Amino acid sequence: MKANPGAHMISAQGLKRAGSDPSTAIVLLITVLGALWSLFAAAYAPDAAMRGQAWLILGGFLTGIFLLVGSIASGGVVTDEREYNESLIKAGVIASLFWGVAGLLVGVVIAFQLAFPVLNLEPFGFTSFGRLRPLHTSAVIFAFGGNVLLATSFYVVQRTCRTRIAGGIWPWFVFWGYQFFILIAASGYLIGITQGKEYAEPEWYADIWLTLVWVAYLLVFLGTLWKRKEPHIYVANWFYLAFIVTIAVLHVVNNLAMPVSWLGSQSYSAFAGVQDALTQWWYGHNAVGFFLTAGFLGIMYYFIPKRVNRPVYSYRLSIIHFWSLIFIYIWAGPHHLHYTALPEWAQTLGMTFSIMLWMPSWGGMINGLMTLSGAWDKLRTDPVVRMLVMSVAFYGMSTFEGPVMSIRAVNALSHYTDWTIGHVHSGALGWVGFVSFGALYCLVPWLWKRKGMYSKALVDWHFWIATIGILLYITSMWTAGILQGLWWRTYNALGFLEYSFVETVEAMHVPYIIRAVGGVLYLVGALIMVYNVYRTVRGDEVEDDENVVDQPALEAAK
Amino acid sequence: MSGKKSLWSDLHKSLFEKNSLILTVGVLVTVSIGGIVEIAPLFYLDSTIEEVEGVRPYTPLEQLGRDIYIREGCYNCHSQMIRPLRDEVERYGHYSLAAESMYDHPFQWGSKRTGPDVARVGGRYSDEWHRDHMRRPQSVVPESVMPAYPFLETSELAFDNVEANLRALRTVGVPYDDVMLAAAVSDVETQLDPYADDYDGFQERYPGAVMRDFDGNPDQVTELDALIAYLQVLGTMVDFSTYEAEADENLR
Repeated sequence: MKANPGAHMISAQGLKRAGSDPSTAIVLLITVLGALWSLFAAAYAPDAAMRGQAWLILGGFLTGIFLLVGSIASGGVVTDEREYNESLIKAGVIASLFWGVAGLLVGVVIAFQLAFPVLNLEPFGFTSFGRLRPLHTSAVIFAFGGNVLLATSFYVVQRTCRTRIAGGIWPWFVFWGYQFFILIAASGYLIGITQGKEYAEPEWYADIWLTLVWVAYLLVFLGTLWKRKEPHIYVANWFYLAFIVTIAVLHVVNNLAMPVSWLGSQSYSAFAGVQDALTQWWYGHNAVGFFLTAGFLGIMYYFIPKRVNRPVYSYRLSIIHFWSLIFIYIWAGPHHLHYTALPEWAQTLGMTFSIMLWMPSWGGMINGLMTLSGAWDKLRTDPVVRMLVMSVAFYGMSTFEGPVMSIRAVNALSHYTDWTIGHVHSGALGWVGFVSFGALYCLVPWLWKRKGMYSKALVDWHFWIATIGILLYITSMWTAGILQGLWWRTYNALGFLEYSFVETVEAMHVPYIIRAVGGVLYLVGALIMVYNVYRTVRGDEVEDDENVVDQPALEAAK
Repeated sequence: MSGKKSLWSDLHKSLFEKNSLILTVGVLVTVSIGGIVEIAPLFYLDSTIEEVEGVRPYTPLEQLGRDIYIREGCYNCHSQMIRPLRDEVERYGHYSLAAESMYDHPFQWGSKRTGPDVARVGGRYSDEWHRDHMRRPQSVVPESVMPAYPFLETSELAFDNVEANLRALRTVGVPYDDVMLAAAVSDVETQLDPYADDYDGFQERYPGAVMRDFDGNPDQVTELDALIAYLQVLGTMVDFSTYEAEADENLR
């Protein structure tokens, strides 16, 4: 790293309060407009669901107004250019843990519902599987994963640019605006407000709100890059940037819809049938590719080198990895639509690019794993490194399994079965979950200035319990899925279908129980983590961990 | 992979790693290509959707039933897309055509079969069976893991505003005409009454639509009426006794 002559300028800027800052006024204006809209919706919405939910939205906006006015009255948001904004990251860490546990808990509930349908409580329609499943997927992907991405990207971009996050109040708008989006989406699912497109269930007004938050996120991120004190943009930031930009495009296009009323909750997708299907899976697969992969690769490229104190294995490999990954991923969507009414040429393109995707995926895996060159002993001594490495291993496994499943002949068997569910969870629990936990275990001592976590042994327990949970989950789902696929197509000697559909449902009972137990173990691991973080933050005696190296402060960094 | 100088990585360093806007534009261009090549042609290639007779917009009652299907998240466990594989065609019926979902905003092809495909469930079971099934699925399929929906037969169907639903659908391309919009609210009740005054007008607007009281309770228009009306029309619009799957115009 070259010394940067511009770095001395920082102290001249010093402490700034944003009380008279126009951006606070803009945020306040947005909040007031939102409050007015929700007040009208509460009064005049054509559908009962919206008339109910609008009160919750109004409450959110009023809280926002209250906090903003309070903040202005006390002089505004403090922007101290001499320091990194770490309270923002702390809030992100806490939100990640909260939503992580909530999302996993709903997952456990719906897993048991499939084994014991009596758990769909009849008097309460909102507890049925069809409403809770989107709650689970959105909570783990967007609430947990999204908060991890917000927290780590805001941390990484500050550190690797050696400057405080840009935008005064805007990073806080992004953080709280995103939590508000989660609240609107989640409460909507429970009362039956949904677009009916997987992983894009939030309705049009929640989508517009998220677009606003996301544009602010992009500008805050870019703004921080613009005032960087480092000559080059670090590789982790390429991945974060690609994630932010592409998710914006996917979100806006896939959610184009016509509201039934501008004050109501319902809308109809701008696309229909086959076009809607491909738009949706272009979105859906790239929610995997950019939200759950590119963003979390940003985490890998910062936290693994930091934790093991080694440079990234290959700079050139990271360039190839980055560009080929984002180019190829976007084509893979049609493999969700093999043998459907989607034209065959599109299916074939999707399959071809999905198989090609194996290469950049494994290039990234190799780059992550080989960063441990010369530090492999840490696998033995540092459970956090073990977690990070296991996550990259799961990344490699599920990005191998994915291309296999995208082959049309394999997909004929695997599609519509629990194999898909197992595949998703080896990526979600193994890769996304573990790399997130690893990053959070790094962040907590850094942010709260501790010498280590409260208990290294508990990190170890978390690792092993969660790993066993994942193994139970994916093996039971392989069994379940392959059994479904085979039984559905089994013919008897007379040339008739051997099994009725419901016989395959009955056969799922035991695998579904094993899967739910796996989910419980994974949840227990997360709860252990929450306890460990709580004790660390509270300032209890921590173990002096030689793997935790203090991060330099901004002023000292120059 | 050592420190050897390479033209490309030097260029990358001085271009993309120095200018965040060039990096942003580079990302945008890179991720746009695949989507444009794959998705855009579907909107103008004639061969994307077969030309078949019989596919009509949903009646207001069916559309409201579809909205309930979406509201309850049925798509999480039921697909509506029969693949052209021997076992699926024998189990569920003729494979699904693109034309059959051309008025579906949004599509409901699904991705998982925790329960069976429902693309052609229309006419397969009686209304009474559906009623029992929604009350308690295990009463007709003991091994079923489906949740019960007993509240549907007591919930009043909200259809005062259904004209706005059809109008929104018209904006996104469903061919509802002015007459259909004007009659939308009354058509909900017309469809529930086989002796309705406007029987002929309704049949003209929605040829072949089944007209009867679906939930067995003629005194009340319930959400169950709408849902069963929707389920009973699924997969029934195209007459496959005259459809020639191997004809040139239908090969894609």
